[in-house]
Amino acid sequence: MLTLVGADRPGIVAGVTQAIFAAGGSLGEASMIRLGGNFTIMLMAAVEGGEARLRDALAPVAADMDLRLHIDPVAGGLHQHLIPNVQVRVTGADRAGIVAEITGALAGVGFNILELDSDVAGDPRRPVYLMHIQGYSDQPIEALEAAVAPIRASGIAVDIAPVETLIG
Amino acid sequence: MAVLDILTLPDERLRRVAEPVTVFDEALRAFIADLEETRRSGPAAVGIAATQVDVLKRIVIVDVSGRKNTPNHGYLVLINPEIVHWEGYETAREGCLSVPDYTGNVIRATRIRLTANDPWGRPLELEMEGYEARAVQHEMDHLDGTLFVDRVVSRRTDLFRRKVYQKGGQPKGG
Repeated sequence: MLTLVGADRPGIVAGVTQAIFAAGGSLGEASMIRLGGNFTIMLMAAVEGGEARLRDALAPVAADMDLRLHIDPVAGGLHQHLIPNVQVRVTGADRAGIVAEITGALAGVGFNILELDSDVAGDPRRPVYLMHIQGYSDQPIEALEAAVAPIRASGIAVDIAPVETLIG
Repeated sequence: MAVLDILTLPDERLRRVAEPVTVFDEALRAFIADLEETRRSGPAAVGIAATQVDVLKRIVIVDVSGRKNTPNHGYLVLINPEIVHWEGYETAREGCLSVPDYTGNVIRATRIRLTANDPWGRPLELEMEGYEARAVQHEMDHLDGTLFVDRVVSRRTDLFRRKVYQKGGQPKGG
């Protein structure tokens, strides 16, 4: 698992992936997004020679583009994806603790977060926090609703809905 | 009856455009029985298209009657289906027998009206909405060589539940 972070600029993805390809590596799942002026990459890659080879291959591009690189050996290969069955949307006046409260309440009923993205929007003087979670729960929606009820009472809008996957 | 082999991505045969059915005979109905048996043999699929079993005819089967609280027409065999009217759009997650172990969000029309033939060649005209309409659109795409992966929107493109936001009088997206 590669983690690369640096100030956003055009060409980061191309530079990183070309370096891995040139080293004989191949790519798996990836999440890449710009966060607050940084470009962030989390990327599964497989390469003969493992971490050392990957580090050598990426050193020039990391230096050239001023990227910080972190590598963790992880188990790879194809796997069965977990399919989310619940989505949670949160909006409210920005303040510290929203994520901790929401995710704490959800974790308390066994909710497994599969994806989470969040943003801060609105007027700088009155920022709004928005968060979108998709995950898996073996509990009914009502149990999740009950878990977040106290947070909702504090003025944060929490919308919980089932995600159903149509297989056709 | 027989369970047929299902083509899976990246098999190029999934990309071909199916031909209209012109002969409504016993052989057609026997194939439809096999297609239905194939649909029922795998993961809980609510539909299947002939293209998925390498038969290039414009035939789809949809049955969403097993889903709770879902308006539906029961077991539907649609031959030469054509959507003649559609309304609204919504995003929901889809998967496909031909794309194992992948799901994604797809935008589909909320309500459709369509014409088709039944297995005896008789004309059908149906109106449907929601989950059933989504299933029919997913299966009809197969007849034109289109897969849901061609229509997946970014996981971060969030179009869910917009109607609820409007009803609740909460802040609307811009």
